[in-house]
Amino acid sequence: MKEVAIIGVGATKFGELWGSSFRNIGIEAGMRAIEDANLSGSEIDCLFIGNMSAGRFINQKHIDALIADYSGMATKNVPAIRVEAGGASGGVAFGQAVTAVASGMYNTVLLGGAEKMTDQNDAFINTAMDATADAEWETGMGLTLPSLYAMIARRVMHEGTATREEIASVAVNSHFHGALNPGAQFRKEISLDTVLRASPVADPLGMFDCAPITDGAAAVVLCPLDEAKKHTDSYVKVSAFAQGSDTLALSQRPDITSFGATVATSRKAYEMAGITPADISIAEIHDDFSIAGILALQDLGLYKKGCAGKAFLSGETKVGGGKVAVNTSGGLKARGYPIGASGVAQIVEISEQLRGKADKRQVANAKYGLAQSVGGTGSAVTVSIMEAV
Amino acid sequence: MSSVARAWREFPGKYNLEGTKCGNCGTIFFPKRDFCPKCRREGIGKMQKYKVRREGEVFSFSIIHDAPPCNSALKPYAVAMVRAKDGVMISGQLVDVELDKIAIGMPVRAVLRKLDEDGAAGVIHYGYKFVPA
Repeated sequence: MKEVAIIGVGATKFGELWGSSFRNIGIEAGMRAIEDANLSGSEIDCLFIGNMSAGRFINQKHIDALIADYSGMATKNVPAIRVEAGGASGGVAFGQAVTAVASGMYNTVLLGGAEKMTDQNDAFINTAMDATADAEWETGMGLTLPSLYAMIARRVMHEGTATREEIASVAVNSHFHGALNPGAQFRKEISLDTVLRASPVADPLGMFDCAPITDGAAAVVLCPLDEAKKHTDSYVKVSAFAQGSDTLALSQRPDITSFGATVATSRKAYEMAGITPADISIAEIHDDFSIAGILALQDLGLYKKGCAGKAFLSGETKVGGGKVAVNTSGGLKARGYPIGASGVAQIVEISEQLRGKADKRQVANAKYGLAQSVGGTGSAVTVSIMEAV
Repeated sequence: MSSVARAWREFPGKYNLEGTKCGNCGTIFFPKRDFCPKCRREGIGKMQKYKVRREGEVFSFSIIHDAPPCNSALKPYAVAMVRAKDGVMISGQLVDVELDKIAIGMPVRAVLRKLDEDGAAGVIHYGYKFVPA
């Protein structure tokens, strides 16, 4: 297997991008990544796109062809592959792109993630998000995706491994960083009270416990590590990629206060990278709901069970606050959650950090950064580890 | 949900809590599975129909305020994960209960109720919901 490098990254602003279509944002992110990698574009020999629901959101299936066409790659017959894995679509697409380069099958690969959500109303979008849970035995019985995470939160509070305030502080942490990220949807700090007093969505979770509806796209360019220097001096190494599955329905698990797929996948990733959790200085985690941030830090082995909430509440997870800076991009909560783009945007943020280009949110002397992407209630998880070179 | 056939073929599970039991290791599954993930090859062809006990207790719950359009008339409404007496976990709505009286560990039982409908001229879906026991 070849070692793989990220030689260029790019992203659109995340938010309610009324003036931009799916093809506008997809192409903008891709062009930025190609420009950042100092490529002309003609070097790209395969395209991957993470996207959850263009078929529902913009009534466009076959977005692989759309992106290949509007990026100018269709004229050269470059293959394009669309990847869907619910909320983990971007993370899984990244894994496919890494695998394509590592295997030697393709050499210079462009990976994009894009989602155009705001052309639909909230109820329609929420129904599409709910479809990442078990459509027959969860949402078909009246449950919603937020209510599943709410039941995880309720159980965590019942078992005493995090308090309501600690869970809410995950959103406070993400907004703290979102305020520092010019590309974030919400560039505003919030207080713990704001989260606790927000209108309820699925009790005990309220509006500020939930990631927003967002348009946005992100892209990265990958090539073999030993060829990276040909293109740029500013690149990072992909030290590990691992992916794991769990049951589709939450009710089928022995324990709902931990995502087994995150535990298994992260252990595999650390082993692949030859490091331990203590080596990680930055983590981008899938905080589609605040409670997921608590589970993530514990399941990734960055904190012991019962300690992640305290770390968020004390501010230890902020830039310069402690051993690992969490969601310096603003995370899904404040940077925004254009579903298929988020897993790729995490890779963009980690790459910017490791290249020292994260400006006001820069983590000092970071060697390793980790990204965790999650589909449904932990039914699909990816863990990627990047290394500064 | 939109197809009559899709609703009809799940009647045994949704009306009668019919799951399966592995004839090889005895594990009970709800919803039904066509083969046992524990026994894999050894369990193939040995899955038997099994009616899950209707009694159980609340394992966790949530009150839904932001509801899908088909349930907007119900909100706020409660949903729960219920541990049935034979150990299986089932997710569903919790009704005929004061929302602020729901607690983890509360005894409940499954009843047959209307779930929702596919618009004014569509299929009316029925299935299990839980009520205080």
